[in-house]
Amino acid sequence: MATLGSFATGFRQGAIQGLPFSLVLGPFGMLFGVIATESGLDLVQVMGFSVLVIAGAAQITAISLMNEQAPVLVVLATSLAVNLRMGIYSAALVPHFGGLPLWKRATAAYWLFDQPFALTSVDVAKNPKRTRDERFGFYLGVGIPLSILWYIVTYLGATLGDLIPGDIGIDFAIPATFLALIAPLLKSLPHLAAAITSVAGTLTLSNLPFNSGLLVAAVIALIVGAEVERRFVEPRQRGR
Amino acid sequence: MFDANYVWTIIILLGIGTWLIRFSFLGLIGERELPVYVKRMLNYTAVAVLPGISVPMVLHSANGSFEPLRITAAIAILVIGVATQSLMKSIGAGLLIYFGLSALL
Repeated sequence: MATLGSFATGFRQGAIQGLPFSLVLGPFGMLFGVIATESGLDLVQVMGFSVLVIAGAAQITAISLMNEQAPVLVVLATSLAVNLRMGIYSAALVPHFGGLPLWKRATAAYWLFDQPFALTSVDVAKNPKRTRDERFGFYLGVGIPLSILWYIVTYLGATLGDLIPGDIGIDFAIPATFLALIAPLLKSLPHLAAAITSVAGTLTLSNLPFNSGLLVAAVIALIVGAEVERRFVEPRQRGR
Repeated sequence: MFDANYVWTIIILLGIGTWLIRFSFLGLIGERELPVYVKRMLNYTAVAVLPGISVPMVLHSANGSFEPLRITAAIAILVIGVATQSLMKSIGAGLLIYFGLSALL
């Protein structure tokens, strides 16, 4: 029986709260499996992506650039850029997990994707009195089951991808996935400005070598997003 | 087909790089705070990269042709995504429109 405030209590609660997110991760991971297989990766390589990288948007970004024969450095820089937001997650968890032993923090980092971070942050506000062990349990309770699901659906997608003929336009699934991921963010003005800059910049700079136009456009878009926030959103929040 | 070295170099380095980003503050940098400006920029990483990948792929298919169907489906994804704030609804509708109409036409 798990005692109050223990790792196990937290883990169970995290697992329950993470469950609904399988509805999002399930189809997304399957789509990655299909896209990667259709692009010519074998099963071990597809699984390698999902187990070692465990970040859907970056995985699909890498595949789409590989399809364009981009050099390794460009594939890495662009895909890692998609993951930079996780640096913020890492910083945000320091007050809660900073005191854990190094090996626990190193292990925890593996599961630092959107859902464990988001649910743990919400839980900090809802249950401020959890012990550190219980909170760590909660975080892993969200992350570990969802990661196992991620491997399984990737496998299913890869198997399915082998059955689907290659010429039915599955390459449309990549932009479709990405547009669906960012669409809910476009209600916010700085996000919209950054997205428009990214598109305009990539199209304008499409002649730069090695697909590097995308990366240059991304840097400009980051600055535009941050500037629009500083000039238009923050003054309003200060309540004028 | 890809060269196996090319694929595995990307998988392994992307895995290490992603883990390092996740571990950064938890492990190496400790309690030091990020400058406000950097924090602010990092909020926009997804919208700074993903639209730039997507829109050219919508405008031209893999064989380089221009397909109005892709553009229609992409607009549907964006409109439904903004309106419903739901990833599943918008991608579901978009893929249905794309694959449904391409089967019919």
